[in-house]
Amino acid sequence: MSLYLLRRLLISAPVLLGISIVLFAILALAPGDPFGELALNPNIPPEVRLNLRQQFGLDDPLVLRYLRWLAAMLRGDWGYSFVSRMPVQLLIMQRLPTTLFVLGSAYVMALMIALPVGILSAVKPYSVFDQIATTLAFIGYSLPTFFTGLLFILVFSISLGWLPFIYSSTIEATGFAWVLEHLRQGAMPITVLGLFEAAALTRFVRASMLEVMPQDFVTTARAKGLRESRLIFKHALRNALIPVVTVVALQIPTIFTGAVITEQIFRVPGIGSLLIASIESTDTPVVMAITFVYAMLVILFNLIADVVYGFLDPRIAYN
Amino acid sequence: MASSTRVLRTTRNIVARPQSLWRNIWRRFCRHRLALLGLLVLLVLTLGTLFGPMVYQRKINDIDFTASLQGPGLAHPLGTDDMGQDLLARILYGGRVSIAVGLTSMLIAVLLGTLVGAVAGYCGGSIDNVLMRLTDLFISLPQLPLLLLVVYLFRDTMRRLFTPELGSFLLIVLVIGGLRWMQPARLVRAAFLSLKEKEFVEAAVALGTPPLRLVVWHLLPNAMSPVIVAASLGVGSAILAESSLSFLGLGFPPDMPTWGRLLFEAKDYLDTAPHWALFPGTMIFLVVLSINYVGDGLRDALDARKVL
Repeated sequence: MSLYLLRRLLISAPVLLGISIVLFAILALAPGDPFGELALNPNIPPEVRLNLRQQFGLDDPLVLRYLRWLAAMLRGDWGYSFVSRMPVQLLIMQRLPTTLFVLGSAYVMALMIALPVGILSAVKPYSVFDQIATTLAFIGYSLPTFFTGLLFILVFSISLGWLPFIYSSTIEATGFAWVLEHLRQGAMPITVLGLFEAAALTRFVRASMLEVMPQDFVTTARAKGLRESRLIFKHALRNALIPVVTVVALQIPTIFTGAVITEQIFRVPGIGSLLIASIESTDTPVVMAITFVYAMLVILFNLIADVVYGFLDPRIAYN
Repeated sequence: MASSTRVLRTTRNIVARPQSLWRNIWRRFCRHRLALLGLLVLLVLTLGTLFGPMVYQRKINDIDFTASLQGPGLAHPLGTDDMGQDLLARILYGGRVSIAVGLTSMLIAVLLGTLVGAVAGYCGGSIDNVLMRLTDLFISLPQLPLLLLVVYLFRDTMRRLFTPELGSFLLIVLVIGGLRWMQPARLVRAAFLSLKEKEFVEAAVALGTPPLRLVVWHLLPNAMSPVIVAASLGVGSAILAESSLSFLGLGFPPDMPTWGRLLFEAKDYLDTAPHWALFPGTMIFLVVLSINYVGDGLRDALDARKVL
């Protein structure tokens, strides 16, 4: 298993490299001197400007600039934010836990909905339950998060007044009250994101289970006289989940789309809302770094998917 | 006399008219009731946004502060925004932009994807390997952050090079299309790999068909069904991508009210003017839902394995 993991890790290194090349290429192709805002400031005399340009190596060949940039990114030296005048990595580290908390909880919620609903739908296909579930999943899948988010605010904050619609990172409570307050303010963003993911996942789980259920090994297990519950969870589900994991891994980049939007709607102080704010204030180092962080998150989640593969089907890990 | 016509008619029924491929597909598509309904909704909405402004001639930027934030009423069927601009006119105009973006960017994605997939599948070997690694790389790119990054870096240049409207449109369409070609590419490649081994292709090769003709005439038409399904669903996701971008305030300029842009402007007035957000949001939802159902229906109709 550890050897298998090492191999996957080695495979993901070139992907990260590729993403960094794409990122840098976009930056290099962009008009103007996105990193050179300081150097272009008219208040700075020309000789100082020239010095700065040399110091930052803005006139060096592209390949050299790329390697220097990559080395700095890997060392964790991501430059200074133009706006908040602090190291970018610190800024991001402050925000990242919130993003991961919202994203993780939403995903757990999506799994808790999608697995039982998808399995029940597939076990009794075309039943009333299945039809209602499939229709709801279809609708949920077509509802964009920015619209559901606004609807949730309209219903739960404005009409009913149950939940706050602004996420605050400084809660003046301790112990149990602190946890409760965190859940209360996280409820809406997590639910919006979780429901959207659940809708997509339910469809995959159902389709995958439907394909596994009529297979010979399931019939054999049933002929042996296994209990239906054991049959479903031990034999069918484990095999049905393998394609589901593939789809989930492929979907991860899309999930971040929803996360950025949800953070923006509910003003969750995560890296998604930081990205939008930085774009509005043309804070290029932060924008670049956050895009890079998202790329790394994609790769990290793909690695997790690989581990799950190995767990679901040990043959994959040993081959 | 009478009996002979009856005989004639019965024989005609038995022999049955030759069925064309497209008629067959259409008949299968019609079995999916919701897909048919989706197609109808899409048609109505598209025609509405195309011809609606000719019938409903109110301007999208008529500012009237005495009528700001009004709910739906006689003067303004869908109400007004904070500057008293008519929402129905803005939604009709926004629909044009959103649908145009969806169609154009999907066209770009499908053309690009088909090209990559066809080259990879036809050539095979190391070319295939390189192209597929490239596809994998693009799949693992974080879509929205990258979309935002590109729009952020190139927005001003594009607006300067063309008019602000055309510049934004081209940039958004190119970026959305450029980040969505991977699925068609994979589908075309997979279809090519299996088609290359078929007898009719071997026959065509044996007859001396030149490669380009082989690809365009023999391989591509047979690889298109899954691509059509993916493309139809892709229009929906492209509309969503554009709306997300506009919702974050980074899509079109303010004087071009797309549905996402309308939501972006409306979100701070949810408590006083919920209608402002509800109408454009419902439009996005309706269009995407209909497209998804149409895609579902197309999948059923084009799947040759399914026998009627």
